[in-house]
Amino acid sequence: MRHLMSPLDFSVEELDKLMDLANDIERHPDKYAHVCEGRILATLFYEPSTRTRLSFESAMLRLGGKVLGFSNAASSSAAKGESVSDTIRMISCYADICAMRHNKEGAPMVASQVSGIPVINAGDGGHQHPTQTLTDMLTIRSLKGHLNHLKIGLCGDLKFGRTVHSLINALVRYDDISFVFISPEELRIPDYIREDVLDAKGVSYEEVERLEDVIGNLDILYMTRVQRERFFNEEDYVRLKDFYILDKKKMKLAGPDMLVLHPLPRVNEISVEVDSDPRAAYFRQVQYGVYVRMALILTLLEVNV
Amino acid sequence: MGVLNVGRIEEGFVLDHIQAGRSMEIYKHLNLDKLDCTVAIIKNARSSKMGKKDIMKIECSLDYIDLDVLGYIDHNITINIIKDNEIVEKRTLTLPKLITNVIKCRNPRCITSIEQELNHVFVLTDPEKEVYRCKYCEEKYKKK
Repeated sequence: MRHLMSPLDFSVEELDKLMDLANDIERHPDKYAHVCEGRILATLFYEPSTRTRLSFESAMLRLGGKVLGFSNAASSSAAKGESVSDTIRMISCYADICAMRHNKEGAPMVASQVSGIPVINAGDGGHQHPTQTLTDMLTIRSLKGHLNHLKIGLCGDLKFGRTVHSLINALVRYDDISFVFISPEELRIPDYIREDVLDAKGVSYEEVERLEDVIGNLDILYMTRVQRERFFNEEDYVRLKDFYILDKKKMKLAGPDMLVLHPLPRVNEISVEVDSDPRAAYFRQVQYGVYVRMALILTLLEVNV
Repeated sequence: MGVLNVGRIEEGFVLDHIQAGRSMEIYKHLNLDKLDCTVAIIKNARSSKMGKKDIMKIECSLDYIDLDVLGYIDHNITINIIKDNEIVEKRTLTLPKLITNVIKCRNPRCITSIEQELNHVFVLTDPEKEVYRCKYCEEKYKKK
């Protein structure tokens, strides 16, 4: 029995297979509409995350399965002090597969050690959120046709953003990938990513402060939110915040094939005027999130169609 | 150089080349206080290689000792196994790939901070730099 804790749990070949399956689901949804009939997905969300939970539920329902679960710790047995290990042992009797979101890092791994059913990490604190990374990768591969030979700009909060770290870790396994990190000084990529991942693998990258300076050279622009509370002082926030807001004016500097991705929710870092631009891919990304979760459920349940 | 002799061991082992001052830490981690055998600790012995070193003489079978713990604390320690007053074997240590309940994860956001009776497990992720990370949250453990 397999679980998914980190995007690196799958080899590049296994990821290719998973994404091929997701693309087949995209093309032939009817073929997959009943393949999980009689199966149950448990969504164990110890902290609220409406979008991720609904994406998982939609994925299982579109496969013909059913869902049960809870959406915050207060309404679960955790409020009575039950351990994660005990909860998953119980859930293993109720469901065939589960997706777990927990504010404590490593909670899904603890669950996977005693679980009778496959466990999917649906986000554990600031640690991992593998299905977001799989979503990002499927979006890029589907819309660009490949995951090699790409110059990827990551913009915004690169220090605390786990989706960014996770995506970098996953993409350095492909050929001819380079990164451009666009962030204020305070929110630059952490040293361990620079040393242990990028330098260790000989991946080329540059770090800049202004999006305008580099947007013209990018194949992918991955936007994240810059939060006011991350800055040391108000002055810097005011000085820098507009650098990290994507609008029509900045999009004019970008190439015709550049794609804009965002893990969502967006607050104000992408102006709504960009939404109608054909290069804005963040809502299609949400759709790919459902396809990749459908493919993941099928893979972990070992359902062959 | 004079030889310090704190009683001979008929059967047991000697931990040599311990970094000076660290023998009490090893005593604690190896749970030697729970063993009913002779233990001699020599602090700050002169060493041509290290300047100063600690030495421990323990009169029991090596089977009672967790070599992974010892390897984690200091893999430069050498073990001389003694039988009938003679050194019959010299052993060197390696960094263990996994250590359980020797060090604790200090990350307050880690599941180990709340889950009942969960082992604290650390994995060797970079043998060159001797980096251990928590199995659950992957936080790096910093030796003091």
